[in-house]
Amino acid sequence: MRRPHNWLAHFILILGALIFAFPIYLAAIGSSHDAGTIGRGQMPLLPGDQWLTNYQQALQSGQGERVRGNPALGLMQNSLIMALGITFGKIAVSLLSAYAVVFFRFPGRMFFFWLIFLTLMLPVEVRIIPTYAVVADFGMVNTFEGLIIPLIASATATLLFRQFFLTIPDELVDAAKMDGAGPMRFFWSILLPLSRTNIAALFVIMFIYGWNQYLWPLLITTSSQMQTVIVGIVKMIGTGEAQTDWHLIMATTVLALLPPVMVIILMQRWFVKGLVDADK
Amino acid sequence: MQRRVVYPNRVLPYLLLAPQIIITVVFFIYPAAEAIRQALYQQDPFGLNAQFVWFENFALVLQDPHYWEAARVTLIFSLAVTLLAMAPALLLAVMADRVVRGAAGYRTLIVWPYAIAPAVAAVLWLFIFHPDIGYVGQGLLALGIPWDYRMNGAQALLLVILVSAWKQISYNFLFFLAALQSIPRSITEAAAIDGASGMRGFWLITFPLLSHITFFLLVVNLIYSLFDTFGVIHALTQGGPGVATTTLMYSIYRDGVVNVDLGGSSAQSVILMAGVILLTMLQFRYLEKRVHY
Repeated sequence: MRRPHNWLAHFILILGALIFAFPIYLAAIGSSHDAGTIGRGQMPLLPGDQWLTNYQQALQSGQGERVRGNPALGLMQNSLIMALGITFGKIAVSLLSAYAVVFFRFPGRMFFFWLIFLTLMLPVEVRIIPTYAVVADFGMVNTFEGLIIPLIASATATLLFRQFFLTIPDELVDAAKMDGAGPMRFFWSILLPLSRTNIAALFVIMFIYGWNQYLWPLLITTSSQMQTVIVGIVKMIGTGEAQTDWHLIMATTVLALLPPVMVIILMQRWFVKGLVDADK
Repeated sequence: MQRRVVYPNRVLPYLLLAPQIIITVVFFIYPAAEAIRQALYQQDPFGLNAQFVWFENFALVLQDPHYWEAARVTLIFSLAVTLLAMAPALLLAVMADRVVRGAAGYRTLIVWPYAIAPAVAAVLWLFIFHPDIGYVGQGLLALGIPWDYRMNGAQALLLVILVSAWKQISYNFLFFLAALQSIPRSITEAAAIDGASGMRGFWLITFPLLSHITFFLLVVNLIYSLFDTFGVIHALTQGGPGVATTTLMYSIYRDGVVNVDLGGSSAQSVILMAGVILLTMLQFRYLEKRVHY
C-alpha cells in the first residue's frame, strides 16, 4: 500500500521543511555578520564571526549607527511579562467559569455561557478605538495591566475546559461529596489535577498568542520602556532602507523568535492535542 | 448534555464567573456597543462635539471609492491567502500521512512556524525579498524584473499574500494531518482493492472525507486573513504603496488611529463586525455537528 512513491513524499516534505527553515536560517546568519556586509547587498550564506558582538549590542543597547532601538533585554522582558500574564490570566479565568457552568445550576447559566461565547465574534481588531478609550479611562495606558487584562477573556479556553469537565463521571463528584469535599475543595484537589494536560496544551497556545500580540501593544504602549520586542523590531526597520543596522535587526529578530519556538518544540505533544481539541 | 450531579450553591457560581464576565462586558461588549454608537455620530476632530447623524457615516463610507478599493484588495488578499495557506498544507499533510519513517521529525519541522508572529514573519521575508539586500529581490533584478515592493503595488500585494499564507500553513497542516489520521485504513485499502488508489483514490475517497475539516479551515483562514495579518501589512508595506495593500482592517486602523476619523472608522468597524459574525455563524454550523450542548 504505502511502498510506491514514498521517495516523492519524502522529497516534498523535505522541500516544505526547507521553505520553512530558510528564512530563519538566513536571519541567524545575518545576525553573525557586521552591518556593512549585509548593507552592501552581499548577504553571505555561512555564519560570520560577529555573534558575540552583535547579540551583546542588541541585548544591551539596541542602538546602531542608524537604528535607535531599545535594548532587547528590556523588550524581551516586557514581552515575557505580557505573554505569561495573558497565558495564566486566560487559563485561570476560563477554568473558573467553565467550572461554574458545568458543576452548578443557577439562574442565568446559559445567558452567561452565551455571553462568553459572544467574545469569539468580537476580535479586538474591529473595536480598537473604543477598547483603547476604556483602557485610557482606567489610566492603564503604558501599564502591564492595560496590555494584559483586556485580552484575558477567552471563549476558546472556556469551551475546551467545559468539554473536558463534561467527561468527568458523576460518580467521581458523588464520591467527593460523600467524603465531605465542598465545591472549592473538589475544584482544587480533584478537578485541577485532572485538567493538567488541558492546561499544558492551552499554555502553549496562549503563550504564543500572548507573545505574538502586535496591534494591541502598538496602541497601548507609547513609552519605549513598555515596548514589546515585536513592536520594537518593526520600529527598528522603519521604512526599510538598505543602509541600516541589519545585523542588529536580525539579532533582535532571532531573539524574539526563540521563546515561542522553544515552547512549541519542547511542548509539541500537548500543543498538537490542544490545538486540535480547542478549535473543534 | 447535562450533568446529573451538581453542587447546590446560590452565590459561588456567580463569584466564579465574575472575572470572565466583568472583563467580557467591560472590554468586549461595551466597546462593541460604543463602536456602534460612534458610528451613528459625527465628531469634530477634537472630540468636543458630537452630533447624531443617523446612518450618514455608513453612507459616506459606502460612497467612498477608497473603501471599495480596500474591499477589493481584501477580497483578493483573503482568497489568495486562504488558498495558498490551505493547498500546500493539504499536500504536506497527505505526504506526512504516507511516510512512516521520520514522520515525527517532519511534523516538528513543519509545525514550528506556527510560533512566529505575523510581524516577525514579515521581517524574515523582508530579508529575502528586499531589492537591495535580499537574495530573491536581487535575483529578480538580475533577471531583469524591476522588483521593488516598496514602489510597485501589485508586487507589494503579492509579497504580503505570500508571507501571510506561509505563516498559516503549519496550522492547516496540523488539522489536515489529524483528520487524515482519523480515517480508518480499511476505507482507503478497500478503495485500493476496487482500483481507486493514488490520485484517483484521493479525490474520490479521501478528499470527501476531509470536507468537514476543509470547510472549518476555510472559515478560520478567512478570519485569519482579515485580522491577524495586520502585523504583516503594518511591518512590510503600511498599506502602501498608495493603497495597494490597504485591507478593510488596515483601513479601520488608518482612519481611526492615524487620521482620527472616529465616525468613519467606527462605521467601517461595524460593517466588518457584521462580516465576522456571519463567518462565525458559518463556523457554528460546523460546530453544531460535533459539539453536544
